Amino acid sequence: MKKLLATIVLVNLLAACASEKPKEPEAPAPAPVAEAPAPAPAPEPVVEVDPLNDPSSILANRSAYFPFDVSAVQEADKPMLEAHGQYLSEHPDRKVRVEGNCDERGSKEYNLGLGERRADSVKKMLMLSGAKASQIETVSYGEEKPRCTEHNEACWKQNRRSDIKYQ
Amino acid sequence: MLLRVLRSIFGLLFLAHVAAASAAMEIEIIGAGENQIPVAIVPFGGDVKLAQTINSVVTGDLLRSGLFRLIDPAGKSPHELDEVAYPDWQARGADALVIGSVVMHDKRIEARFRLLDVVKQAEMIGQSVSANSDQVRAVGHRISDLIYEKLTGDKGVFSTRIAYVNKQGKKFSLIVADSDGYNEQVVLAQNEPIMSPAWSPDGSHLVYVSFETGHATIYVQSLYTNQRIVLANFRGSNSAPAWSPDGRQLAVVLTRDGSSEIYLIRPDGSGLHRLTYNGSISTEPIFSPDGQTLLFTSDQGGSPQIYSMPVTGGSQQRLTFGEGNNFSPRFSPDGKSFVYTHFVNGKFYIATQDFQTGQVEILTTGGWEKKPSYAPNGKLILFASEARGRGILATVSSDGRVQQHMFTDSGDAREPVWGPHQ
Repeated sequence: MKKLLATIVLVNLLAACASEKPKEPEAPAPAPVAEAPAPAPAPEPVVEVDPLNDPSSILANRSAYFPFDVSAVQEADKPMLEAHGQYLSEHPDRKVRVEGNCDERGSKEYNLGLGERRADSVKKMLMLSGAKASQIETVSYGEEKPRCTEHNEACWKQNRRSDIKYQ
Repeated sequence: MLLRVLRSIFGLLFLAHVAAASAAMEIEIIGAGENQIPVAIVPFGGDVKLAQTINSVVTGDLLRSGLFRLIDPAGKSPHELDEVAYPDWQARGADALVIGSVVMHDKRIEARFRLLDVVKQAEMIGQSVSANSDQVRAVGHRISDLIYEKLTGDKGVFSTRIAYVNKQGKKFSLIVADSDGYNEQVVLAQNEPIMSPAWSPDGSHLVYVSFETGHATIYVQSLYTNQRIVLANFRGSNSAPAWSPDGRQLAVVLTRDGSSEIYLIRPDGSGLHRLTYNGSISTEPIFSPDGQTLLFTSDQGGSPQIYSMPVTGGSQQRLTFGEGNNFSPRFSPDGKSFVYTHFVNGKFYIATQDFQTGQVEILTTGGWEKKPSYAPNGKLILFASEARGRGILATVSSDGRVQQHMFTDSGDAREPVWGPHQ
């Protein structure tokens, strides 16, 4: 997942300066600019990078995973959620949508409830780290939008998750 | 669309094939009921094409019920009473004989048929069934119902309809079809999930959950006008609707106040009234036939299990115990038992429990079997299953003896629910 997000971020960066191939892979990323994008010269002076766009940041990870029929945030995901909570508290204009998902081993209706709880527990963790309730919307997809559709644990564990989506 | 033929023998089990002129379904029947009534159905006289379709519908219906054994007419084809020689049919081992003829005039199909008692050599039914020219399958189902009722004493369900969701790629379709899965009609098609369809008690409306707003929202839609209203679109998830038997209210599950709790609401969206304060997941409410009791799924005891409570709210009673999780309860039409999904050791089963004795019966062999619902006569249970790697509709007789698998043309069929008598 981390790799996938990193790829997406990289693709976005490449798209931002599509007219020019970056000469060095580690060239500082251009800050998001509202004005017409001029081809960015490589030796741009120091630009502050939104850590959200930094593929090496913990913020690049935006999914929390859960054991079967569990909706409590797991220890392994706490540092990542705390980082997002802190980011949200430092960027009060940013909003997120937390999407709860489940594997298929339940009824669809029960899983809708379980997905709701998984989204809620992530929301609570974000708020404990400084985010405001008004910054966080939650939604449950239950088992309706599986990332992986095979009947095995390798798939199920990918589907038991909450995703943080920046709006 | 052509029906493919399946016929094979597995020891004591048999697969019977149901032939049809055109169809959207492939149907397998597995198993056989006890004390099957041997009945001979002679293809009707008159319009050959109509007669073929009616014959396939009637034989298919009777076979699927598991209660009949079909006797081959083997060269005899009486259409009128005076052409019947009872000894012919006694020799073939038939207890009952169906003869008749069908004609089309003024864009109406008219089928006249007789059900004859071969043993007593007497007519049990002599009746005419008519319908519009595009309703030939309905004529067949009506005849099946009349035969079934006469020979078993129970009301037939062949003329009823079912609803289900079909998923193909990213496309979700809400479908209404005949009880045998044919004659599909698309009620709603979209690229967002659709779930939990349920019937109004008079069969005129469906209520269902759609994600087209971005979150689970409940809609009520007329099957006559196709018009629909938003029943519940509160913050959070709005889900698991079930209609009360008198049609005057629905039980729904909302998370607008935090946890998944059961509420009552009128069909026009007014009169919202909260029933549970469990602080856990309470979902899949369903009314008892007398409207006094709700069954529902809750994890208040630590794992999802089935509970009951008065429809007025109040004390809740846990009904399922032991190993595994239990979901999706539905009352039998006589209110004496309930059917549900039992999940244990990685498999889902369809099971029933008797309210009085508490006796549990597992009806299926296990797999991805979910979401059971009774036929209105209580003799068959429709559920979602999986075969050949995709979701299919299936039925099992309430004694567990006969199973039927219905393969739609394509996609994953899921969330089936049997509609009422109309």
